[in-house]
Amino acid sequence: MTVSDLDPRLVANEPGLAGAWAGFRRRMAQGELGSLPVIVGIAVIWLIFWLANDRFLTPVNLTNLLLQLAAIGTIAVGVVLVLLLGEIDLSVGAVSGLAAAVMAVLNVKQGWPGWLAILAGLATGAVIGTFQGFWVTRFRIPAFVVTLAGFLAWTGALLVVLGETGTVNIADEIITGLVNTFFIPLYAWLLAVVVIVAYAAEKLWERRKRAAAGLPVPPMQVLVTRIVVIAVALLATAAVLAADRGLPLSMVIFVGLVVLVDLLIRRTRFGRHVLAVGGNTEAARRAGIQVDNVRLMVFVLASTLAAAGGILAASRLFAVNQSSGASDTLLLAIAAAVIGGTSLFGGRGSAYSALLGGLVILSIENGMNLLGVESSTKFMVQGGVLLLAATVDALSRRGRQAAGRA
Amino acid sequence: MPDGAPLLELHGVSKRFGAVQALTDVDFEAHAGRVTALVGDNGAGKSTLIKTIAGINQMDTGEYRFDGKPVNVTTPQAATGLGIATVYQDLALCDNLDVVANLWLGREELGGVRLLDETGMEQEASTVLKRLAVRIPSVRTQVASLSGGQRQSVAIARSMLGEPRMVILDEPTAALGVAQTAQVLELIRTLREHGLAVVVISHNLADVFEVADTIVVLRLGRQVAVLDTKQTNSDEVVAAITGAKAGDEQPAEVSEQ
Repeated sequence: MTVSDLDPRLVANEPGLAGAWAGFRRRMAQGELGSLPVIVGIAVIWLIFWLANDRFLTPVNLTNLLLQLAAIGTIAVGVVLVLLLGEIDLSVGAVSGLAAAVMAVLNVKQGWPGWLAILAGLATGAVIGTFQGFWVTRFRIPAFVVTLAGFLAWTGALLVVLGETGTVNIADEIITGLVNTFFIPLYAWLLAVVVIVAYAAEKLWERRKRAAAGLPVPPMQVLVTRIVVIAVALLATAAVLAADRGLPLSMVIFVGLVVLVDLLIRRTRFGRHVLAVGGNTEAARRAGIQVDNVRLMVFVLASTLAAAGGILAASRLFAVNQSSGASDTLLLAIAAAVIGGTSLFGGRGSAYSALLGGLVILSIENGMNLLGVESSTKFMVQGGVLLLAATVDALSRRGRQAAGRA
Repeated sequence: MPDGAPLLELHGVSKRFGAVQALTDVDFEAHAGRVTALVGDNGAGKSTLIKTIAGINQMDTGEYRFDGKPVNVTTPQAATGLGIATVYQDLALCDNLDVVANLWLGREELGGVRLLDETGMEQEASTVLKRLAVRIPSVRTQVASLSGGQRQSVAIARSMLGEPRMVILDEPTAALGVAQTAQVLELIRTLREHGLAVVVISHNLADVFEVADTIVVLRLGRQVAVLDTKQTNSDEVVAAITGAKAGDEQPAEVSEQ
């Protein structure tokens, strides 16, 4: 069946798996790609690097990949929020470096306890976010310019905070423990099972509630299929982690943040307003949404998440130095969000794109490191992947327009 | 002219945007259970006037009375609070959200633990759409994939969720086919029967004569005629719109500002 045969808007899904499959194929044809391209992408990338170097798919290397992902992915979650607004934040890399430096200096040079220094680092992000958000909303300067100015200014501030030594080594157990704590493998299995049960319970409960309210419900087979797919993915992850050092705390923090932000976007009033502002700012304003407050809050969240990512990165490296948050941090975070399927045009995307897109971009980075590829080539490949993801976004948007869904 | 106090009364409203005098000393009334059409040529000030009523623009001078009491409407929320709902020509829908999300935008209901009550909102959305006889594939369809008439219906249904006392419709039949236009006009009559004050802006005089009780004509920012639909004809209305012939209440010469 082609789109021109029959107005697809008038086609209801037939019941059962066959109907769901037909609906799925129709959405694909119309540019509603969801996370499929990125999952296929991860599979292809992993296959290629595994063929090139069989150490790539070992538990040790995959666990290292996840440790790297925690920092970049956390920053990318903030980038997703900003992209949903239809804006961009170019300062996230610099903010992550500055916040980590503030934390490290307060802890090492001023003797603050680790937890307090971490809070100070997060607060640094929140204050910067408030400042940038204020500038964007109060003076109507494009976020692109404000955060570009921020990028330069916070890079300078990083050098000031670090002082003459330039590098601050962190020994504090609380700070370094963020990334270097591993729970015993049993906990990885337990957590996977708990999450699967919670996910299944939530889906089934929601289905019952909808049925009780007389609303249409998804077919049971579709629901079960989804639960099984999630369960397999989680158990596979648990198996990989269990075969190495166990369940990393940083992974729990990062995935927890992704789940929380996903809940925030999809299930809260604030998240709905973010999507509305990104979809049609004027409509949001007329609906009585305080558009500027929503914008400001998103910039605060983005910078705070960037700070959290910077702190995780510092914890992984036991140090903050002059290049913290510099070089490819910004590129990787934005690339992760876009590759994961969050639209650059606003209003469409998911917190999970930080996780999936982060896996893609860091798999490439990690794989090329294993193969000993020059960093010049690495940069060019990553730039190419970002361009490819943005092109998929633009083309799928055009597909939606052709199908009347843009 | 109808008996009884009007629900909405504007007196001597003026509004200037920089060098442009958009409204000059305009009077306007809307009554509960009646359809008031607001007509005029492009640039006559129709949009400025409804934006003033809806609280998007603030009038420079003039009086705003609702339900007999003077009120100060400086924000869209203030107008909504009075019970005034506005459906704009560009519909102000978010294409990336589904019908339910659009209907409840800005006043989402919360269930437990401050999460959105999706089930409750979907139920009520279905009820409202059924009552207004709006046909869409599913209330979970993205608005982007709806037809023009469906979008108009969703926008009108959206205005009904707040249980308003007055509805302003900006060009509700523009760009609609014959059948869809008939549907929207039927919807307008339903609103009137529910006792709402309905204000319709339209370029289409056939539609105006079909649903309106009163026709208010604006020309170059001034109110030049208030006509009872039963006692007038389209020649008279056209004359008032274009200024070709002086109507009852029209000054002989309308001086441009």
